[in-house]
Amino acid sequence: MNRLLRIVALVACMGVARAGVAQIGLDELELRWKNGGDTTFVVNFWATWCKPCVAELPAFDKLHRSMSGKVKVLLVSLDSPSERTTTVQTFVKRRNLSAEVCLLNEPRPHTWIDRIDPDWSGAIPCTLILNAKHAKRAFYERDFTEAALRSTVEEFLRTCK
Amino acid sequence: MNNLVHLLAALLLTVAMPSISAIAADLPDGVKVGDVAPDFSLLNVDGKQLVLHEQTTVKGLIVVFTCNHCPYSVRYEDRINALDAKYREMGYAVVAINPNDTVAVPEDSYAKMIDRARAKKFTFPYLVDASQNIAKAYGARRTPHVYVLSRQKNNFRVEYIGAIDDAAEGTIGEKFVENAIDELIAGKAPQTTFTKAVGCTIKWKKD
Repeated sequence: MNRLLRIVALVACMGVARAGVAQIGLDELELRWKNGGDTTFVVNFWATWCKPCVAELPAFDKLHRSMSGKVKVLLVSLDSPSERTTTVQTFVKRRNLSAEVCLLNEPRPHTWIDRIDPDWSGAIPCTLILNAKHAKRAFYERDFTEAALRSTVEEFLRTCK
Repeated sequence: MNNLVHLLAALLLTVAMPSISAIAADLPDGVKVGDVAPDFSLLNVDGKQLVLHEQTTVKGLIVVFTCNHCPYSVRYEDRINALDAKYREMGYAVVAINPNDTVAVPEDSYAKMIDRARAKKFTFPYLVDASQNIAKAYGARRTPHVYVLSRQKNNFRVEYIGAIDDAAEGTIGEKFVENAIDELIAGKAPQTTFTKAVGCTIKWKKD
C-alpha cells in the first residue's frame, strides 16, 4: 500500500505541469534523485513568501529550459499548510514556470533539515545539486544569479564525467 | 526506529558522497552550546543602548535574531511576546535583535522596527545589529534564530541554540525554548540544546 502511494506520488509529481502542483513527502523526494541514474538533479528549496527565492526562480526556470537534456530542475516549495496548493499553483501559473514544482508535505522541519544537508541551517533559499551515478552532491545555502547558477551547474557537470 | 534509519541513511549519504557546501559569504560558525556568549552593545527601539554584560539582574536571556519582514518571524511574533510574558518574571527576559541589511530590505529599517515594536506591543527590547557583527559572532543564519543564555559570574553562557518550537504553523508538539528554560530554572541542563527550523536567510550586506 505504502509502495502504491509512493508510485502515485511520483507519477503525480512528474505530471505536475499539466495536473497542477503535487504534494510530496521527503521519502518520495529522495527517491527521485536516488533513482535518477546519471541525471543531475538541481533541487531548489523555496517559498512564495521568500523574496530572494522568488527573485532567483527565473534563473532556475531558464536552466530547466536550456539544459533539460542534462539536468532535472525540481522546485520544492516549503510554503506552509495554510498557503498550500492554491497559492503555489496560482503563483506557478502567473510566473509561467515550466520547471517541475512540488510542495514538500513534511511537518516538524527540525527532524528532516539535516537529511537534506547537515550544513543547512533551515534558511531558504537553498539548492542541492546531485548525481546518483557519480555519487556527487553539492549544497548551497545562498541565492544565485543566473550566471552564477549556470557556472555552478556546469562546473558540477564537469565533475560528473 | 524509522527516525534512526533516516538518520543513518542521511549519514551514509553524506559520508559516501563527496560533498561541497557553500554558505553565503563564508560565514563563521559562531558559538556552540557551552560557549561564553559574545558581548554586545546595541541600539534599542527606545533610543538607548543595551549592553549584554550590564544585564546583571536577570538569570538569563532569550536572544532572538528576528526582523520585521520575514513571514516566519511574523508568525512567531505573538509567541515571542508570550515567552517574554511568561519568563521575564522568572528571570529569563527576551532580547530581540534585527541583523538584516536595510538596503536589501527597507522594511527592516530602524524606523520600521520602532513602528513594529509599537504596533505589536513588544514588551521586550528590539535591538538593531547594524554592523551585523553580533549575528556573525553568534552564528545566526536565519530569522527567527534563538539563543538561550544563562548568566554566570562574569558573563553569559550559551545553553540552547535553535527554534522556538517544532511548528511554525499548525499543532505545536515540542516547545524547545520553553523546555530549555524550564530545565534551567529547575537547575538542570537542557536536554535538547540544538534544533533547526525553516526560516528566512539573514540578509547580509553585499561587499
